Amino acid sequence: MKTNHHRHYKSLAALLLSGALASACAAPSPSAAPAQPAAPAAGETFTVGMVIVGPMNDKGWNEAHVEGTKYVMQKMPNVKFEYVDRVNPGDRPNVKGSQVADELIAKGAKVVIFNSDDFKDDALETAKKHPNVVVIHASGDYAWSEGKNYKGQPNLGNLMSKMEPGWMIAGCASALGSENGKIGTVGPLINEETRRYASAAYLGAKYCWENYKKRDPKELQFKITWIGFWFNIPGVTLDPTKVADDFYNGGFDVVMSAIDTPEVAVQGKKAAEAGKRVKYHHYDYKGGCELAPDICLGVHYYNWGPGYLKIIQEAMAGTYKGTWTWAEADWKDLNNPDSSAFGYIKGKALGAENEKFLDEFIKGLGDGSIDLWKGPLNFQDGSVFLKDGERATDQQIWYLPQLLEGMEGPSQ
Amino acid sequence: MNGAAAPQTMTPPARAAGMPPTFYRIGAFAISLILVALVILISGASPVTVIGSMVGGAFGTADQIGRVIATLSPLLLCAAGLVYTFNAGLYNLGVEGQITFGAIAATWALRLLHPEGATASLLPPPVAIALAIFVGGVGGIAWGLLAGALHVYGRISEIFAGLGLNFAATGIAIYLIFGPWKRPGVASLSGTQPFDESLWLGTFGKTEATPVALALGLIALLMTIVVMRNTYFGLRLRAVGRNLRAAYVLGVPARRQLLSAFLICGLFAGVAGALQVVGVFHRLIPNVSSNLGFLGLLVVMLVNFDPLWILPVALFFSALNIGSLQLPLSLGLESSLSGVIQGLLVLFALLGRGLAQVYGRKPEG
Repeated sequence: MKTNHHRHYKSLAALLLSGALASACAAPSPSAAPAQPAAPAAGETFTVGMVIVGPMNDKGWNEAHVEGTKYVMQKMPNVKFEYVDRVNPGDRPNVKGSQVADELIAKGAKVVIFNSDDFKDDALETAKKHPNVVVIHASGDYAWSEGKNYKGQPNLGNLMSKMEPGWMIAGCASALGSENGKIGTVGPLINEETRRYASAAYLGAKYCWENYKKRDPKELQFKITWIGFWFNIPGVTLDPTKVADDFYNGGFDVVMSAIDTPEVAVQGKKAAEAGKRVKYHHYDYKGGCELAPDICLGVHYYNWGPGYLKIIQEAMAGTYKGTWTWAEADWKDLNNPDSSAFGYIKGKALGAENEKFLDEFIKGLGDGSIDLWKGPLNFQDGSVFLKDGERATDQQIWYLPQLLEGMEGPSQ
Repeated sequence: MNGAAAPQTMTPPARAAGMPPTFYRIGAFAISLILVALVILISGASPVTVIGSMVGGAFGTADQIGRVIATLSPLLLCAAGLVYTFNAGLYNLGVEGQITFGAIAATWALRLLHPEGATASLLPPPVAIALAIFVGGVGGIAWGLLAGALHVYGRISEIFAGLGLNFAATGIAIYLIFGPWKRPGVASLSGTQPFDESLWLGTFGKTEATPVALALGLIALLMTIVVMRNTYFGLRLRAVGRNLRAAYVLGVPARRQLLSAFLICGLFAGVAGALQVVGVFHRLIPNVSSNLGFLGLLVVMLVNFDPLWILPVALFFSALNIGSLQLPLSLGLESSLSGVIQGLLVLFALLGRGLAQVYGRKPEG
């Protein structure tokens, strides 16, 4: 006689096994981290832990951080990094960033770096729990004494590259590379950072469309679709592959990536191979144009190395004080690995003539002759952001509450 | 009478006259261990190092032990709840959704009791937390009964009803996180604004383990052991599980029994979800269940539906879950390897049991 149970055995075994595999991917682990003194003895290995939100080799945001750590290790051979990547609820369902930090601190880390905006609460929790460990939150504003969310936690610091001009350059290159003025952006989630970045890209695109291409700004369509997170989480976010495809198939001849992972490049390559005249603009990672060189307009990439180096040197010396750093580019030498907080690499698809325009634009941004955060500028809903001649303050830029007039896509 | 025996009703074929049943079980376990070792070797590590570092990563420090307990508590609740549904012959795969909906309900309650921007909650924090856990339980019941109603009245397989409702619950959570409950000015799937610290469940020292969650898990388990072994309700549940028609003919109110099983499982899962919110994440996140419901299913299947053995097995799985973070950290291995280990153990335990039933020699007397 068979019961209900046996009726289902085979199908259940399969279902459960897949569940088991999924659930076990979750690996949390903690550890009571004793508070460590910040300054090590000379010659001793100094351990830095890094909590990474996505895959370490994503050809984007996360890999750029790992590159930064390699730079530090090259300059300071006695520094060792410990990494845990894919710390997000999709990949590790039962793990929080703060737990991973505990674990890294238990392994001897004296500095812990959280590499995503989403870790802001984990970073604060870790800093409170381990007052003798330097906690760095890459992005974020909890350590900005003039910011809105200052927490006054002495061992918590923020580091972020001032990438807004990088986004302006990216927008400019995209406009220069577009024939029909339809520029799509695959965006991550909506927050202050992504709003100001998208807006900066739009300002750059609009400027170059009008001033170098001499085209009517009305012909410029600048649309952003947000997927909901920094990268694809199947079943949770929109699928960036599909979003990119929709742009390429919908007549957008340039698609910009604003997410951590390379779907825009990969789908652009496929579309180009199928005969579409499309181009893409990459983000985050220096090698981004190598994904599809022939259709790449360029890539603005983070150069975390110098910023991390400075913090770790100070932490080693025991002099680090939690500060908020919005690290600037080196306009004299944008791609200088030792001095510039971001860099820009032009892609093959830009073309020689456009390269000249782009160089002119970059020069203008660097010497201040081109200042795009200047009024008159309106928000997306038509309200005034900056009056004529008014220049945005750092706070106004950082906490940009809406996208700008002329952009398509949700602001919140 | 042993509650575990309930689902074991497959009659061994008359021709079978093999080894004693334990032979198959031990054999299957041995094979699973060998395979686990092989998988670890193939991934380029030593089985001894891997097991050692996972054990060390689960019990090495107070924080780690705390986290094992923090994982164990909801797991006990889910596993205890699943004992009822399994014994009623139901595969309640919807347990994940019941956790999620419990978490949503608890978040809703806390948002009402401590509106955004308010400096203090409307009720004293311990009352607010207790109420949130209660509301979470009610949410879990609602989601469990929904699956039950679809099964009992709609004649939909509880497996598919449950899986469907899992998607629905996650969908609702994502909608709320991305929509009405989003952090001000932010649309991110990373979760809602964390609750005020006064609404966080107290912990053992600085660890993540909360005494309340552990107590609730143990109470649920103890209650389940008593109910399944010593009560008429438990007996009727097993009767329904063994043979629904026969139970019905003999006067057991089968529908009510089935719905009760869904209700209790939903309650426990909902409480687990609420605890994930007030005790672990302190906010609602899309994957708030952390797949602990599926893990609970594995635990209960591995212990052959007998609640007596849930505690050690759940503890083992929690430790595996926590310790596996050491794999990427210390050994540069994928932490999903622990999932493979877990899956192999369960698969072979089930296989051993099946073989024992089909080919095992019936014990004399």
